Amino acid sequence: MEFRFTEEQQMIRDTAEAFLAEVSTAAAVREAMATERGYSDALWQQISEELMWPALHIPEAFGGLGLGFVELAAMQEQMGRTLLCAPFLSTVGFAVNALLVAGNEAQQTAYLGDIAAGKTATLAFMAPGSRPDAAAIQATCRSEGDGFVLDGEYRYVLDGHTADILVLAARAPGSVGTEGVSLFVLPASTAGISREWLPTMDQTRKQARIVLENVQVERSACMGEAGQAWPALAKTLDLAAIALAAEQVGVAQQALDSSVAYTTERVQFGRTIASYQAIKHKAADMMLKVEAARSAAYYAACIADEALAGGPLGSGLAEAASIAKAYCSEAAFFNTGCGIQLHGGVGITSEYDIQLYFKRAKSAETLLGDTAWHRERLAQQLLDGGEA
Amino acid sequence: MKLSFSPEDELFREEVANWLADNLCGEFEPIRFRGGPGDEHSFVEERKAWEQKLAEGGWTCIGWPKQYGGRAASVEQQVIFNEEYARAGGPGRMGHIGETLMGPTLIAFGNAAQREHYLPGIRAGREFWCQGYSEPSAGSDLANVKTRARFDEGTGQWQISGQKVWTSLAHESQYVFVIARTDPDSSAHKGLGFFLVAMDQPGVTVRPIEQLTGTSEFNEVFFDDAVCDADDIVGAPGEGWKVAMGLLGFERGVSTLGQQMLFQNELDEIVRVAKANGAACDPALRQRIAEAHIGLRIMRFNSMRMLSGGGDDGSLQKEAMIYKLYWSSWHRNLGKLAMDVLGAESEIVPEAPYGLSRLQSMYLFTRADTIYGGTNQIQRNIIAERALGMPREPRG
Repeated sequence: MEFRFTEEQQMIRDTAEAFLAEVSTAAAVREAMATERGYSDALWQQISEELMWPALHIPEAFGGLGLGFVELAAMQEQMGRTLLCAPFLSTVGFAVNALLVAGNEAQQTAYLGDIAAGKTATLAFMAPGSRPDAAAIQATCRSEGDGFVLDGEYRYVLDGHTADILVLAARAPGSVGTEGVSLFVLPASTAGISREWLPTMDQTRKQARIVLENVQVERSACMGEAGQAWPALAKTLDLAAIALAAEQVGVAQQALDSSVAYTTERVQFGRTIASYQAIKHKAADMMLKVEAARSAAYYAACIADEALAGGPLGSGLAEAASIAKAYCSEAAFFNTGCGIQLHGGVGITSEYDIQLYFKRAKSAETLLGDTAWHRERLAQQLLDGGEA
Repeated sequence: MKLSFSPEDELFREEVANWLADNLCGEFEPIRFRGGPGDEHSFVEERKAWEQKLAEGGWTCIGWPKQYGGRAASVEQQVIFNEEYARAGGPGRMGHIGETLMGPTLIAFGNAAQREHYLPGIRAGREFWCQGYSEPSAGSDLANVKTRARFDEGTGQWQISGQKVWTSLAHESQYVFVIARTDPDSSAHKGLGFFLVAMDQPGVTVRPIEQLTGTSEFNEVFFDDAVCDADDIVGAPGEGWKVAMGLLGFERGVSTLGQQMLFQNELDEIVRVAKANGAACDPALRQRIAEAHIGLRIMRFNSMRMLSGGGDDGSLQKEAMIYKLYWSSWHRNLGKLAMDVLGAESEIVPEAPYGLSRLQSMYLFTRADTIYGGTNQIQRNIIAERALGMPREPRG
């Protein structure tokens, strides 16, 4: 048992930290978030072509670096700390994982290779107003000739308006729940797909609406067996949730660090306010949250590694994902909320960054199931079975 | 990062589990799952006999070096032992203070004669120790001890006078280790000594403290010219604080996974109650049960990280610094959850006049968890000051 970074993992983490401190500055974040696109092309090129970050856990056979999920989590954590504006979670957390879990060799060769070379991608599955379970899939796919015809509407698609490649979930007409679900991977330029940016409260990560109208796709776009894709999609969403949880750890950490820094500078009643127990104890509670969140996220990342490699602990993926996502969501929200409070009046100004973290914490909490949703998922496992 | 145990460690796990299955039965059946925190007054004689049984099997002091009768077990093996012990329902250990605190302290700071004199009794499960740290005016402010130790040139012995409090198992122990002031003019952490004192002597009086559970794990211990030999001081006079703090450092957390197994047993019981009485269908309680489950799993992950010895930056182990605050808060919440799941039945005491159920006693006793061993407030000060570098509290 070695539940700690290896030297190589530590190095990857440190490199990411140093690079992001350079490029994902407050000014850079504010510039990127003000655009509809949401990120700098030049920075993405640097990240993908020079550093090959999107290729991190893509196997070497497909042009990737062949590293593991723990390395991915370490990187996501650092991206959360600096609120990096880039289509990384959508491309890697969602689409790469979907391709790794559900793609056949031809799809993996084509699309993972493209992603390793700098293309962006995302996954769309949620109908308007839905929650992230099987019932969210309302778009339809019907078999026609040698292929399929897709129709429907998705919302809450991360970077959906800019992604080069789309992974789409759709169901057989008339099917319900986990039955009849299929996954497709296709270029976003495919005829019949219209995409529209949706303005979001958290401006550091973009969302889109995607409408499919009579989209004709070849059979080769279908990932796995048509109608049988729910388990693969569920696994993909668990993997994405774990990547997101690691990012939330970074958000929670930065909220703590900036609050400690601010309260150490701020003087009232002749003392730095960090010397008051009311402030210190709040900060201590924030540290408890972020450290526990870190333990949860990295445990889940280890399980994700096993799940992708077919290891024995991989069967615990859903549980580990729910634990990590439930707790890290809460930790990021708690820490950023406390962060605003500890910043006092300036905490609610747009000038200070803490508000950006507070907004990211909320958007990340909602994405892929909030704390209550994941608790209920665990409660079903704990309470609705036969024997206790 | 790697989560699994090595094949050798898994074999060790099997060995522990088999020994426990073969031995924790028959006359010892009634003490399974008994004698834990809040229940330490139960089955004392039987648990003492069990300590000797463990010792015969070579299962006491497994982390000690072999020359002192231990197995030099690795951290992983100690974790495994504690897990299997708790899983099998191993009773609360009478010998844990000697095994986990006194022994390692003597091995690190004691002299050869002290080790020879005291270690075998601990290893054999025959001699039990209690801890003489807190005093009425030295709680969180531990350095404020008033108990005095004076060397009597005539008898060649140390004479100790003063009062200790919150001493667990004092009435069942043969020995107590005491921090006392060797320099009467000293203050705070200077001028203290660390003494090894026999309980069975006229100068020592034990008075139980009745707790809110109606039971008494804790005691007051009065020293009225109690004596110990010239050699029964660990370190030199004036070095007591160093030894006392070193001792607390031996609580390396290998027992934490075992403690968590006890917590798991409690949570399992709450789940059983919830399924049986319909609380499992209440959406708010479902959320809280899941929250408790999440909290306990993360406690385990956090311990694994702690025991792997790495902070994310390789230096300060922040996950270790939150541990006490984390588990005590979690456990206290579990107590309330247990009562809320039981509903109206939570009020009814199973045995007149005040024989509480396990969950009732847990509910009440967990209020102590956030107080002893450093209150949550002290823990937060420590975290803020040592881990986050915030300004220290003013000290008088």
